[in-house]
Amino acid sequence: MSFKQVHQQYNWDEVQNSILQKNSSDVERALQSAAPTLEDFKALISPAAEPYLEQMAQKSHQLTLKRFGKTMQMYIPLYLSNECANGCIYCGFNCKNKINRVTLSKEEILQEAAIIKEMGFEHVLLVTGEHPKACGIDYISEVVDLLRDSFANISVEIAPMDVPDYERMQQKGLNTVYIYQETYNKARYPIYHPKGKKSDFNYRLETPDRLGEAEIHRIGVGCLLGLEDWRTDTFFTALHLNYLEQKYWKTKYSISFPRLRPHAGSFEPNSIVNDKQLVQLICAYRIFNQELEISLSTRENPVFRNNMVKLGVTSMSAGSKTEPGGYANPDKELKQFEVSDSRSSAEVSQMIIAQGYEAVWKDWDACFTV
Amino acid sequence: MDKLTIADKTFTSRLFTGSGKFASNQTMQDTITASGSELVTVALKRVDVKTGVDDMLQHLNIPGVHLLPNTSGVRNAKEAVFAAQLAREALGTNWLKLEIHPDPKYLLPDGEETLKACTELAKLGFVVLPYIHADPVLCKKLEDVGAAAVMPLGSPIGSNQGIKTREFIQIIVEQSNVPVIVDAGIGVPSHAAEAMELGADAVLVNTAIAVADDPIQMGRAFKMAVEAGRMARLSGPGAVRVKAEASSPLTSFLNEM
Repeated sequence: MSFKQVHQQYNWDEVQNSILQKNSSDVERALQSAAPTLEDFKALISPAAEPYLEQMAQKSHQLTLKRFGKTMQMYIPLYLSNECANGCIYCGFNCKNKINRVTLSKEEILQEAAIIKEMGFEHVLLVTGEHPKACGIDYISEVVDLLRDSFANISVEIAPMDVPDYERMQQKGLNTVYIYQETYNKARYPIYHPKGKKSDFNYRLETPDRLGEAEIHRIGVGCLLGLEDWRTDTFFTALHLNYLEQKYWKTKYSISFPRLRPHAGSFEPNSIVNDKQLVQLICAYRIFNQELEISLSTRENPVFRNNMVKLGVTSMSAGSKTEPGGYANPDKELKQFEVSDSRSSAEVSQMIIAQGYEAVWKDWDACFTV
Repeated sequence: MDKLTIADKTFTSRLFTGSGKFASNQTMQDTITASGSELVTVALKRVDVKTGVDDMLQHLNIPGVHLLPNTSGVRNAKEAVFAAQLAREALGTNWLKLEIHPDPKYLLPDGEETLKACTELAKLGFVVLPYIHADPVLCKKLEDVGAAAVMPLGSPIGSNQGIKTREFIQIIVEQSNVPVIVDAGIGVPSHAAEAMELGADAVLVNTAIAVADDPIQMGRAFKMAVEAGRMARLSGPGAVRVKAEASSPLTSFLNEM
């Protein structure tokens, strides 16, 4: 059985209704529970939990402190390619967008790597569009080989692959794979993903299963906030996480909450998640899962990020460029999205230190993959 | 207080500490100094062994403090042996806290893989301190294959729940020929004192100190609790009695017969 069968047992509208029907006593029970269930999670993301936001924040802070201490893991994305065969209507890399397509050469990658190493980063996230020819498994494997000795921890956010490919990458030293379902609403998924391999809802949905089978150290999941009703979509993400944790118990899990940002193209978000709701969501996840890594990217603005250091987030990017080659040659190629927090990595780490937290640059070693 | 000897080293302090979760390396250094700890674990994955310039290691360069590298992050014996060799080379010590927890959620130790790795590492000349469940049989097996001490858990790591494995710790203390260090789950100084009263030779504390509002003061509090617990153990405490002892015993007539 894969998550596909679990997903089929749930009806989107019923889930949405049951979240909306949660009341204050459900929220209070969830807040008091030592081991919150999925029903408790529904209560915590429901409108009924809004008056309990401060209590949720306090609890989230305490739980995060206990598990992660006063630390914040630092990472940086390295965009390798903006070539993409998909037509996701909300994304700047959409194959229909008339932009200059670039895939970095080895020399260019080393140039980028040298700059981000200079900034202090040991954890790097490699990002590509989904284009099997330009940036498929062979290309990514070569890049991992190229960078393995330079970084302590390599993550990727790339096109989904099959088990043997993931196994190969794992053996080469890949630590983490982020794969976002974007939306768990199967009926509406094709509207956003009309073209390319990504239009196959189930193949994407079963990707974390394939990652688990390949024994990848850490799997990152999430949905894109701005497509469908955020409460329902994030419930399905929690359901997915729960399933994965039970089945692939040796794997670590990570989640992030990307909110749609302005980009090339004209898509407007269908479901707006305001700042207060995003705080509610992050706190709800922490209360639901105390061990989960929660990351917050530069999609969010400096004030919001500063205030989230203590509320449940455990990992932050900084100084990010979202276009291939952007560290050596900024503003030349098309960005996936505009960052909201354009502070340098030094400024962000200073902000973290000023709050009494340590910015952690290294928390893994390539030697652990033997 | 009486000294503790493990392998080639003798310790005045029976409080071992960790180096994770601190707000800064400076706070960590000040806290360790205040706690009097002479053995501090350090996660190999956190230090930069390539460049040789690591801020955390520089702050752990405290007179009288020995490093105890740990293998946190490995999932099996093979990875642990490899990481141990790297740690020995990088940190210049053959001491090792062997921890293998394939489950990243509760970080519970894998006894089977730990025994396998301990066997091999002891042969390779490591001073192995394995982190394990409070499993008396496993402790004896580890002793047999050459563990320098055993480190049973009090409760899940970082949980601050205290000594939930009390009955088993007592059996381990009774049976062990190597020092017993209660590791994981110690949340407040009274838990540390309790472990020492039970007869543990030392305790290892990290989260409870590192995430306290005032880690330095908490480090001192643990120092005192560990000393108090050890002193109490050596003093031979009276047995616990449910009822007060009767002042007119029913069998005193026997003395008069």
